[in-house]
Amino acid sequence: METAIEVRDLVVTRGKRQVLHGIGCTVPRGSVTGLLGPSGSGKTTLLRAIVGVQIVAGGSVTVLGEPAGARSLRRRLGYLTQAPSVYPDLTVRENTRYFGRLYGLGRADADRAIADVGLADAADQLVGTLSGGQRSRASLACALVGRPEVVILDEPTVGQDPVLRAELWERFHAMAAEGTTLLVSSHVMDEAARCDRLLLIREGRLIADDTVSAVRTAAGTDDLEEAFLRLIRTNELADEDGLARTGDGRAAR
Amino acid sequence: MSLRILAVTTGRILRQLRHDRRTVAMLLVVPVVLLTLLYYMFGDQPAPPGQPGVFDRIALVMLGVFPFVIMFLVTSIAMLRERTSGTLERLLTTPLGKLDLLFGYGLAFGLAAAVQAGVAAGAAYWLFDLSTAGNAGLVVLIAVVNAVLGVALGLFCSAFAQTEFQAVQFMPVVVIPQILLCGLFVARDQMAGWLQAISNALPLSYAVEALQQVGAHAEPTGTMWRDVAVVSGAVVVALVLAAATLRRRTG
Repeated sequence: METAIEVRDLVVTRGKRQVLHGIGCTVPRGSVTGLLGPSGSGKTTLLRAIVGVQIVAGGSVTVLGEPAGARSLRRRLGYLTQAPSVYPDLTVRENTRYFGRLYGLGRADADRAIADVGLADAADQLVGTLSGGQRSRASLACALVGRPEVVILDEPTVGQDPVLRAELWERFHAMAAEGTTLLVSSHVMDEAARCDRLLLIREGRLIADDTVSAVRTAAGTDDLEEAFLRLIRTNELADEDGLARTGDGRAAR
Repeated sequence: MSLRILAVTTGRILRQLRHDRRTVAMLLVVPVVLLTLLYYMFGDQPAPPGQPGVFDRIALVMLGVFPFVIMFLVTSIAMLRERTSGTLERLLTTPLGKLDLLFGYGLAFGLAAAVQAGVAAGAAYWLFDLSTAGNAGLVVLIAVVNAVLGVALGLFCSAFAQTEFQAVQFMPVVVIPQILLCGLFVARDQMAGWLQAISNALPLSYAVEALQQVGAHAEPTGTMWRDVAVVSGAVVVALVLAAATLRRRTG
């Protein structure tokens, strides 16, 4: 298994608060990995660190063998921010073409990306006039237009209609089959089952990093929501043991 | 920096402007309306013998001031939007270089300013009989350099604003002192020494002096070219400072 992303002992602080407490994980090439966790658990911060736009306090992040944020990675990585980052005063096509042209790509590539996210009918509409779900798909088209080898998607399916959501997941798997590595965050557990691998994150710590079936086996349940709960409880019990042993709550947390 | 990326970024910014027809209309019409006001305020005031009329003196300076003020405002809001909407963060993860973006704004709004200055100068010379000893083309050139100065300062100042409310308040801070001290209200050599020193440090003072040189001399003077060079230098300094405020990594 070839590694696309490797995170080691990653620590991120924001102000005086530590938001990621020494995270380590690997993401294999050509797969769809889900980053699942509740809102505020540190998903976006971890994704930003992998893209290389987050100031980190410690640890290392390697993407395709290069340190995260390296100049050479800018052609090879696509990033979808959580809030749609497209120009509301341009049409879907103008937005997608602009981002495509930054990679030296032409009209056909932009139109293909627009069709891939199901926006062909709205291609000539101003982004500012689109619905929330359409706007985030326009943003997704701009993240995919450069045909990146690694795709980091922060909650791409929020607010999408169930049929479209299923189509987007099919599209992600088709891309993975062609060798693209996708890391997709979500706070909705029912999307976990659509991934090849799962990273479960809570309060800035990883509580699982495994295939979907291994997570189910480890937790002893097929229901991933329930599995997440059980893993949290197991972790907390381990923490309490740690507390009892060290007698110093803060050091152990 | 890449010429291709600079060109597509300039094109993108102009395309955004083109979709905003109201802004385009205001960019073109507002300076002409203001010049009309000036014409009816000062047009029939007698001039002291041997000196330019009051309207000629003020309108000439205003042809340089309007694009500076307007482009400063437009750019600081446009750049603030890039920062707050997440498009800047996304752009900085692509092959785009910081200077591609900053020069893209300078070029796009510089082009818009050239059209604006052309229309305003056309109105001043043909409708209101503005007379200058020097060439009207030089007036437009100085106006465009001034507009680019406004763009560069706007790009820089947008880094210090978190909201659009804050961004517009940089206008009284950055723009109005330059207008007060540029020599329009009080001649610079009649100011108190310390005011003159401040005036000498502000780029708009040089732009206004350059315009006054065009007003008074038939041929472009050495002072005028030096002043244009000073303003252009200020543009470069402001763009370098603006580049320093663009951070690929944030907290």
